[in-house]
Amino acid sequence: MGYMRQWFKSGTPWIWLNGGAVAFSMIMVVGLIGLIAVRGFGHFWPSDVALINLSNADGEQSTLIGEIVRSETVPAAIARDSGEAVPDDIDLVTRHLIKLGNRDQTDRDFAWYLELGMQPWQYPQDIMVVERREWGNFYGRPLALLREGVELATPESDNFMPELQAAITRSLELHDEIRRLERGTIGRINTSLDDLRLATRRLELDETPADIRAIELDRIAAERAALDEQYAVLRQELDVIYASTRRDTLKMEMSDGNAVDISLAAIMRVTEPNAMSVFGKTAQYFERLWEFLTEDPREANTEGGIFPAIFGTVTMVLVMSIIVTPFGILAAIYLREYAKQGTMTRIIRISVYNLAGVPSIVYGVFGLGFFVYYLGGSLDQLFYETALPTPTFGTPGLIWASLTLALLTLPIVIVSTEEGLARIPSTIRQGSLALGATKSETLWKVVVPLATPAMMTGLILAIARAAGEVAPLMLVGVVKLAPALPIDATFPFLHLDRKIMHLGFHIYDVGFQSPNVEAARPLVYATALVLVILIMVLNLAAISIRNRLRERYRSAGE
Amino acid sequence: MTGDQTTTLKGDAATAPQDPANRRDRPSISPASARKIGERETMSLNDEVAKIQVNNLNLFYDADQALKNINLMIPEKRVTAFIGPSGCGKSTLLRCFNRMNDLVDICRIEGEIVMDGKNIYDRDVDVADLRRSVGMVFQKPNPFPKTIYENVAYGLRLQGVTSRRVLDEVVEKSLRAAALWDEVKDRLQENAFRMSGGQQQRLVIARAIAIEPEVILLDEPASALDPISTLKIEELINELKQDYTIIIVTHNMQQAARVSDYTAFMYMGNMVEYGDTDTLFTNPRKKQTEDYITGRYG
Repeated sequence: MGYMRQWFKSGTPWIWLNGGAVAFSMIMVVGLIGLIAVRGFGHFWPSDVALINLSNADGEQSTLIGEIVRSETVPAAIARDSGEAVPDDIDLVTRHLIKLGNRDQTDRDFAWYLELGMQPWQYPQDIMVVERREWGNFYGRPLALLREGVELATPESDNFMPELQAAITRSLELHDEIRRLERGTIGRINTSLDDLRLATRRLELDETPADIRAIELDRIAAERAALDEQYAVLRQELDVIYASTRRDTLKMEMSDGNAVDISLAAIMRVTEPNAMSVFGKTAQYFERLWEFLTEDPREANTEGGIFPAIFGTVTMVLVMSIIVTPFGILAAIYLREYAKQGTMTRIIRISVYNLAGVPSIVYGVFGLGFFVYYLGGSLDQLFYETALPTPTFGTPGLIWASLTLALLTLPIVIVSTEEGLARIPSTIRQGSLALGATKSETLWKVVVPLATPAMMTGLILAIARAAGEVAPLMLVGVVKLAPALPIDATFPFLHLDRKIMHLGFHIYDVGFQSPNVEAARPLVYATALVLVILIMVLNLAAISIRNRLRERYRSAGE
Repeated sequence: MTGDQTTTLKGDAATAPQDPANRRDRPSISPASARKIGERETMSLNDEVAKIQVNNLNLFYDADQALKNINLMIPEKRVTAFIGPSGCGKSTLLRCFNRMNDLVDICRIEGEIVMDGKNIYDRDVDVADLRRSVGMVFQKPNPFPKTIYENVAYGLRLQGVTSRRVLDEVVEKSLRAAALWDEVKDRLQENAFRMSGGQQQRLVIARAIAIEPEVILLDEPASALDPISTLKIEELINELKQDYTIIIVTHNMQQAARVSDYTAFMYMGNMVEYGDTDTLFTNPRKKQTEDYITGRYG
């Protein structure tokens, strides 16, 4: 007993308790990151494709080709409920989720199969995975490469793979060419046409004399005709390219023996994972990962990349930082340095602190009502009247999302800036005043520079909060699929009125709004991990700036 | 110390003949250390040119009176020391000379402080101007978060000086005057925080004299420093009094005795005794002064 009391008095239990709490927190954090990392980034590894022969209860034979996604053992009752024939004497059954692909042919991308009745899996070397622009993967055996409908090569011939790869490279280049024409040149023509339309409308609206108006309208009509002509030429050019993309076809055999023709225009990549070495797979892994990070999404966001979401998130956070930093800092300086400390400042301070606790969706509602409808609507009335009734700023967009988040994070910046200012020793201020500096000279030359690390801390917290916020953004500017990035080469380069994609919303969209849950699942994890890493990178950048500032003003506060 | 000695002195502290043997018993100040500079022997306030005249100064913090009817003349180009126990008002009085007390909301001042014929508490006095001519050095070194060079140039830049040549010149001159030039001339672009405490304090002095004030206020300038740095600061004060009127507040009586020409002893907001340093330390007129410098309270 005495020993135990001694032990308690020594404080050792407290140390263990505290250490345990730290360890528990660490396990939670590492577990969280680890789970999404493994689930998310495992997705890009080219897994082997199994060929499975199975017979059902009636003795019918069939063949499956697909990737084993996951396996589980469940009570037989569950399998019976889902319509499987399971003998009565079996209590537990093992079942496998198999990605069958070939969605356009069978309508069954993913399916569960019982291990009962399965023959041992095989991994034939010649199974080919065709990654398509639409309808997802195709699994099967290649039969032949056709050019203009004529057989060019078969898998038995040595030139099959080289010819196929060359044909795919060609079709990818053609695809890029089409994209360049459609997005670039045709896009520009469309913008010009739209400008002409607005110019016409402006002429109709204002009080131009009839003769001048007629001249202007003639000029516009001439310009429009020239543009239409250009467009027709391009259209023809495009048609030629489209025709040439249909030159080659890959003939494949499905697991049930049927042959399917796949146009090479629809193919992004073909691989034979069962024949690949570890190095080959590693190279493939990074290629796919790179695609995920740099490409646009396809197939209702369940395939392709997340680049627009990354880009949108970063742009939005940067625009938000540019807005919130000066506002927060100026407000904090006034509150701390100039305002007479009393009941009023106390009330303001309490209000500011409480703003930080308002649920973010409330900010979203406010942003929609005030920023989008009121401010944006007024802007449209004032400056974009010709475009009405199509709203320019009177609709959710980047600027409103950034402003809403700036409002949401304003208290954070104010609070930490105020704390930073309060920590500056009064002797330093007095030193400056004693040299004949005025209050504002002292503030801007001595106090504010010393408080910059605290301001950076505020900004770091604001960024961390803003980058992960989803709820308010759904109301004020984030969409499932944005047609264009918020920054591009056309004037004014940063398009504050455009809608953006956002990683947080993308996770929600892919995870819950997707028609193909199983295909989307790994993307949810991968996107979540990208979001976490992105926030970490933004934070680390801000932290390193802060540390550099701190180093510069090291012993001032000591 | 014995009771009857106190009785003797109580009789008539100002005129009683001093017993030299008795004086020598004192542990605190030896006359030798106080008489470092020979000319002091003959100093008298009556022969000095007044730089600042304090007339009937009362200072209140809300209802508390911190300074009670202070009358004082600060002689030009001399070192005047304020001594007294903590809370006696000596720092408060010092801060009246450059109106640092204006920063305290609850502070109220009556009376006048006349510098060169002008009451510095007049309405038309520009406080920033006043502070340019009355420099101040604080207890703890308070360099700015800037380079050594920019610390010294700060006051000039405030006045709008941008010429590199002028700045270079003044920075060197001020650092030399503060006996710091040789130590820092190769690292002028280094952050001032990297200097030692003693160097920082001399930098702050250089910063103060860079704008060529007429008066320098020193608020316990060596209390946070080690003995060697303290010695350097004291030597510096001796140098600076050639050109500046210096007022120093100190806790350390030896220091007051070593560096000052005149000393004022304050107690509870009152100016108890003011006179030339030698006389005050060796032959105080008031019993309170006697008690304080012999270490009986404070």
